[in-house]
Amino acid sequence: MRLAFNTRPSIRRRLTLQLLTSAAVLAVVLFLIVSGFARQIGAESQDRILSASVASILDAVSVASGEVTVDIPYSAFTMLDNANDDRVFYRILQDGVVLTGYEDLPETTPGFATVAYRSETLRVVTATRRLSVDGAPVEIAVTVGQTRDAQAETLQRISRMAVYLGLGFFAASAVLAVLAGQVTAGSLRRLAGSVSRRGPQDLRPVETEMPSEMQPLVRSLNSLIGRLSTALNRTEDFIAEAAHRVRTPLATVRAHAENTLRRVDKEENRRSLREMIRAIDESSRAAGQLLDHAMVALRADQLELEPVDLNALTGELVDRLRPVAELKDMEIRIFMGEIGPIMGDAILIQNAVRNLLDNAIKYAPPETGIEVSTKTEAGFARLTIRDQGIGFPQADATRLTGRFARGENASGVVGSGLGLTIADEVARAHGGTLEMHNNTRSPGACVSLSFPLR
Amino acid sequence: MRQLVLSLALSFWALPIVAFETEELVLFPAENETVELRVISTADTELFAPFIAAFQADNPGISIAYYVVSSSEIMVALAEEGAAFDLAISSAMDLQVKLANDGLAQPFSSDRTRALPDWARWHDQVFAFTQEPATIVLSRAAFEGLPLPRTRQELIALLRDNPDRFTGRIGTYDVRSSGLGYLFATQDGRTSETFWRLSEVMGGLQTRLYCCSSEMIEDVAAGRIAVAYNVLGSYAQARNDLHDSIYIIAPEDFTTVMLRTVLIPESAEFPVEAGRFVDHLIRTSWQEADGAFSYPGITPDGLSGNASLRPITLGPGLLVYLDRLKRQQFLREWEAAMVQQE
Repeated sequence: MRLAFNTRPSIRRRLTLQLLTSAAVLAVVLFLIVSGFARQIGAESQDRILSASVASILDAVSVASGEVTVDIPYSAFTMLDNANDDRVFYRILQDGVVLTGYEDLPETTPGFATVAYRSETLRVVTATRRLSVDGAPVEIAVTVGQTRDAQAETLQRISRMAVYLGLGFFAASAVLAVLAGQVTAGSLRRLAGSVSRRGPQDLRPVETEMPSEMQPLVRSLNSLIGRLSTALNRTEDFIAEAAHRVRTPLATVRAHAENTLRRVDKEENRRSLREMIRAIDESSRAAGQLLDHAMVALRADQLELEPVDLNALTGELVDRLRPVAELKDMEIRIFMGEIGPIMGDAILIQNAVRNLLDNAIKYAPPETGIEVSTKTEAGFARLTIRDQGIGFPQADATRLTGRFARGENASGVVGSGLGLTIADEVARAHGGTLEMHNNTRSPGACVSLSFPLR
Repeated sequence: MRQLVLSLALSFWALPIVAFETEELVLFPAENETVELRVISTADTELFAPFIAAFQADNPGISIAYYVVSSSEIMVALAEEGAAFDLAISSAMDLQVKLANDGLAQPFSSDRTRALPDWARWHDQVFAFTQEPATIVLSRAAFEGLPLPRTRQELIALLRDNPDRFTGRIGTYDVRSSGLGYLFATQDGRTSETFWRLSEVMGGLQTRLYCCSSEMIEDVAAGRIAVAYNVLGSYAQARNDLHDSIYIIAPEDFTTVMLRTVLIPESAEFPVEAGRFVDHLIRTSWQEADGAFSYPGITPDGLSGNASLRPITLGPGLLVYLDRLKRQQFLREWEAAMVQQE
């Protein structure tokens, strides 16, 4: 089932978007500051040159034979020359009367001003100087004005540079923002990956490296895992306990039933009793397998590894099950190969092999043979059990390892469906495999257990 | 020239419509005339005619009315009388800059004008197309047996040592009436004090005052005067017929170089065709193409190769000597030096 989350925009996208927005705002601010600064500097430098020009003209004002004359220095205007060939206008007033220069320049007061003149904008500077002509005070006012093309162009150039600067800043920030988004999303994704990569049985706490912001989440997750694990263990314990509790009374009931069978003569009653004993056997076996399975699930989490002699273990089991097989007139043949010890949990492996042998005896018809062989194959110890029974229904061979799954052609035989599950889980817990297929040349199933050799 | 050149020699003849003084009006009519460009110019017709012919060959349908005036008359015509002209060509850089500065010229920009170096254009309105040095022209006959002066100092010494030979036989511009003469004199005065010493000496020797370079060259060649100071070297060079009787000296202490400029007046009726004329002028002068241009074209390096050459800078500095008070003072001093006997 797929959970329907209430999805919000991704963290990466939101983070990137926020960083980009602030970068854009900063870029605009940067542009405004730089161009504002440039405007100020430009205006100041033009004002300074105009002031110098005015000062040099004022210096050249003199009184000769009762008349004011002005000998404008050549440099007064050449210093105003610039790359943009800005136009220059000037006027010299003596007590408000035009002495020389452009008579139609707008009236100005001493200081700086920006005025409109001849359809142009002029920056003008005016300064005054007092002179004495024949003992009478005279005020000379010099005004020099200049168009602002150069300043406008400088401003434009700096503005263009400021635009590039802003764009560059924005582009660099954008790259960094995307990177930051990816790094942030990456650590989340890594955590998610390390959780989702876990096997179905892995309930260890999460211990990957993570940013401190994510630790509360991971702590909650670990606490959840812990509770889940405890709950699972409790369930397994419960099953084992239950199976155990069921098996003991069943054994008592079976003993009573056998005693009764011996004393009863009437064929009808004897058949019922035999049926009863068979059912008790099945229940007992199922309880045993449940117990086995619970134990496998429990022990698989914390394997107690020790060297196990697979040949010895198998021989022992075959010896133990031979009487059961002989009840069905079946013969078990053993072909042991040279195999070294494997590292494993002897109890679990014994469980797996017993379940497989059990299956073979149970599902194969009477008076057939079972072949048990071991060999070394590509770093694995391989145990193969062949029978001459009905075999697996080809389609669902792998499905059979699921809990309580049974082959479609096994309906005539009583079984819990846990045998292959146990064998498969044991194999996996040891890093090995369980393979199932039908014999190619003769009828019957072939089941192989492989364990890695150390 | 395939077209009829109608030359109306109109010496000091006033046109009925306008009051400025035209020395000469030459019409260069085009077949199937669509536009008539009115050009007001200080450049002599003979020197300019080949260029106009080349322009008309490239731009059929454009007639040209070529008005030759003195440089100050351009100012009168455009600034005071508001006469309509499509082009103003002048050797008086200061007046051209003033026209542009005062808003009486219109901007023009093309690939050709943008290719000009900064010193050869001002405000996208004034464009230089020649570089013409102010030279000293000497009579070969008068200098027989004398060393040729290479600097103003040497000229001063020669004049002082030989007053008999030179009295009444020196010529220069009358800066009171000639715009170009005033430009040369003010630039000389700005550059060096030698100019004033020379003026004193020349004034003492009863210097004759002229309106134009061509007349001075004629008089030197004819032996009427021995020395002409601040003569347009380009005019003297162009008179191949007189080279046997004159020396052309570019003073080594410093040689003022004038940039002849063109602008399109605000009053132009055909600014587009005028712009084409400017382009053609710049192209021809920069390439000095196939003899179509009689003037020394301008060189990209701005004469920086020769340390003694001092090109006049196009710029607001030129406005200084046009100031009423400044001009009064300069002329007062110049008259005191040059016209002592009057």
